[in-house]
Amino acid sequence: MKRQPVSLSEFLIERAIQVFGISAIVLVALIFFFLIREGVPAFFEVPLSSLFGARWYPIEDYFGLWPLILGSLIITLGAAILSLPLGLATAIFIAEIAPTWVRDILKPFVEVLAGIPSVVIGFIGMLVFAPALRVALNLPTGLTAFSGILLLAWMALPTIVSVAEDVLDSVPTTYRDAGLALGMTRWQVIWRIVLPAGRSGVLTALMLGVGRAIGETMTVMMVTGNAPRLPLTPADLFMPARTMTATIAAEMGEVAQGSPHYHVLFAVGLTLFVITFVVNMAAAMVVFRQVKRGERMLS
Amino acid sequence: MHSMRGQHKTSIIPYCLLLLIGGALLGSGCRPQTDTPVAAAATAIQNKGSDTLVNLALAWAERYQSVHPEVSVAVTGGGSGTGLTALVNGTVDIANASRQIKAEEMTAAEANGITPMEFVIARDAIAVVVHPSNPVDQLTLQQISDIFSGKITRWTEVGGEDRPIVLLSRETNSGTHVYFLEEVLRLGDSENKTLFSTDTLLLPSSEGIGVEVRQNPNAIGYDGLGYVTEDMKTLAVSAAPGEPYWPPTAETVNAGQYPIARDLYMYTAGEPTGAIKTYLEWILSAEAQQIVLDLGFVPVGGE
Amino acid sequence: MLSRQTSQRIAFIVISLSALIVVAPILFIVGYIVVQGVGAISWEFLTGFPYNGMKSGGVWPAIVGTLWLTLGTAVVAVPVGVGAAIYLSEYAGDNQLTRAIRIAIINLAGIPSVVYGLFGLGLFVIFLNFGTSILAGSLTLGIMTLPVIISTAEEALRAVPQSFRLVSVSLGGTRWETIRRVVLPQALPGIITGIILGLERAAGETAPILFTVAAFFLPRLPHSIFDQTMALPYHLFVISTQVPGMPVRIQYGTALVLMFFVLSMNVLATLIRRHYRRQRVW
Repeated sequence: MKRQPVSLSEFLIERAIQVFGISAIVLVALIFFFLIREGVPAFFEVPLSSLFGARWYPIEDYFGLWPLILGSLIITLGAAILSLPLGLATAIFIAEIAPTWVRDILKPFVEVLAGIPSVVIGFIGMLVFAPALRVALNLPTGLTAFSGILLLAWMALPTIVSVAEDVLDSVPTTYRDAGLALGMTRWQVIWRIVLPAGRSGVLTALMLGVGRAIGETMTVMMVTGNAPRLPLTPADLFMPARTMTATIAAEMGEVAQGSPHYHVLFAVGLTLFVITFVVNMAAAMVVFRQVKRGERMLS
Repeated sequence: MHSMRGQHKTSIIPYCLLLLIGGALLGSGCRPQTDTPVAAAATAIQNKGSDTLVNLALAWAERYQSVHPEVSVAVTGGGSGTGLTALVNGTVDIANASRQIKAEEMTAAEANGITPMEFVIARDAIAVVVHPSNPVDQLTLQQISDIFSGKITRWTEVGGEDRPIVLLSRETNSGTHVYFLEEVLRLGDSENKTLFSTDTLLLPSSEGIGVEVRQNPNAIGYDGLGYVTEDMKTLAVSAAPGEPYWPPTAETVNAGQYPIARDLYMYTAGEPTGAIKTYLEWILSAEAQQIVLDLGFVPVGGE
Repeated sequence: MLSRQTSQRIAFIVISLSALIVVAPILFIVGYIVVQGVGAISWEFLTGFPYNGMKSGGVWPAIVGTLWLTLGTAVVAVPVGVGAAIYLSEYAGDNQLTRAIRIAIINLAGIPSVVYGLFGLGLFVIFLNFGTSILAGSLTLGIMTLPVIISTAEEALRAVPQSFRLVSVSLGGTRWETIRRVVLPQALPGIITGIILGLERAAGETAPILFTVAAFFLPRLPHSIFDQTMALPYHLFVISTQVPGMPVRIQYGTALVLMFFVLSMNVLATLIRRHYRRQRVW
């Protein structure tokens, strides 16, 4: 095919578009590079025994990361475990059960939830939710890991609902029709056909939800009490906890540039980056595999 | 079209490099422009640091600007360390601190060619606060130390109700936290290595402590007197068993009776000049020190 | 053993209740903030500076700051994001590079906002020496917003039928002419929706601006992109956690302004999408 001679401006625009096209790769690499550049020195400046200690108290040079990692972990996992069934149920409700007018109201609502800034949820959490939780469960304080779990589970819902909806939509209508034709109830079709067919998609939803929850900062900083304790027993869920994200947000503003504390906070950021990278890669792999399967089905 | 795609693919790598180089150039090209805020500092004073001081600094800045509209004072909090770090890095004119500058900060400043100058601009009592319904009225320093280090965990042990004690603290970046650690938990003994209990809630800020103390009858916290509002209860403190208990007030602080009191500082980079000098002189004037009193801090007299 | 109909009824009740658990708190939070905050809203509140240690006055500098940052984010993210989307939809072949780009976008979308803050601090504030400034904050927020804009814009571009392109090319249009005259105009509503949704997220974020731009209090509005600025989300954080004796009414009023700002962008995006979906001829 013959193309017309292109003008210089067109040439430049097309080149710019190519550069923008690869910008995402460059940026991920750049972020990774800066986190390594500022974070890796921590492993040389701070003895490993301190980094893997159980105490985080940076002004006295206790840089134990375990309380932060475990704090993030229990809050994230707790949120994901609560959020998945709720999100899935909401998606099923929206996609399969609700009448059209209810659906038209519900979907924007879930989008509204995605739009509420996390600092607003933290604000309400601190002023209204945590005190109510303290009274309701008769806890010493409402600023606990559990408060964080509940709020994060709720905040991760839009992600999970929208992915789960896509999954349910992607299951071919012929599957459902076949089930109904065999005399199954609508619920049996959902439970035995639609959900199993969308298994891998549900997994994606869970992982993206985890990714969302582990990175949440302002809300957890405002409601979890931020005590760097080692959470080891189930009872610790109802005690304060400190996450990696809250630690960075609370402490980064004041550390001297280039100090060990500064480098350790970047190392915490690097850890977060690596965790979310792995989680998202895993989610991406599932998605890609799905696309391939879809293409196979079409061809 | 397909043959074009092949060419596009191979021609991308140089642009990748171009973007990186462009970014680097952009960065170096922009460097001189960062001088702008500093150059404009003849009329704009950058003031940053201690959260304890931030409200006082704000009130001063506001009042000063109503008298001297030609000068604008930008106030930011973040903690004493934040302000001093910024001073060391040359990005602020005045650093607010609720503690004295540390030796390592001094060294870092001198390495940058800056000699921080210290001004005591107010005094502060650190009040120990509890929920208004808490029957406990007074504690000794040793008791407070034992409570915050986790040796005492129930209110009954200090004459209160049968409730767990919930410990509230400022974040570790606050000068108040460091002062409380050194002077209360460790009782001023530099050999003492007591630490806060790991159960201590570290709240991002003073008001976080206020919110929790107001609604939680189990809570005990500490904060600058300027942060205490009427709906919290302050405890009287005695330096040692047998000595009198004093409530935190301007009088007991100035008389040296209340045991948890400290000086509050402003630091400048070198001997202050021009607008900064005038501003600091005004801060030590009777008019500005009246604001100190109004906000619940203790004025520094005789200037 | 339950009958099939009964088990369906139980399952549907449980599911409907779950949906209620999801939705009810949204209503509660939005409603509660409106009820508590609406009393604080006045012309003076919206257009005044805070004074009396921020315990009185308004949120004007925070509104202006958030506008600056939203605009700055748009300037950074829109050309790059739309450009990348055009690349992916119109130029990219099915090869390793494209796959790498997609993986990179998924990862960009997953990076925690506070890590963007760290990156912005490391690269823009310190390494490139922009200082804490609107420039550094906008760049940080812009990069954070990119994946949202790229993926929604690409989706919009891909939705334009292939036949449109073929017609343009067969009439002698070059590839860029086809994109500019045919594909982009058709995809524009979808792209704009994506841009607004991306900016909405940027406008509500606190963590990325903590170390890159946000100021506790500034007595004047920012003059240039090298100035610090106040911003609504950080202002809410500050007055709800750092200022003693802050009137609750002002806190809720600020939360209401922030929520209104962000959600109106959300509504705008939804309206645009609906409007053009209805008008679409293909």
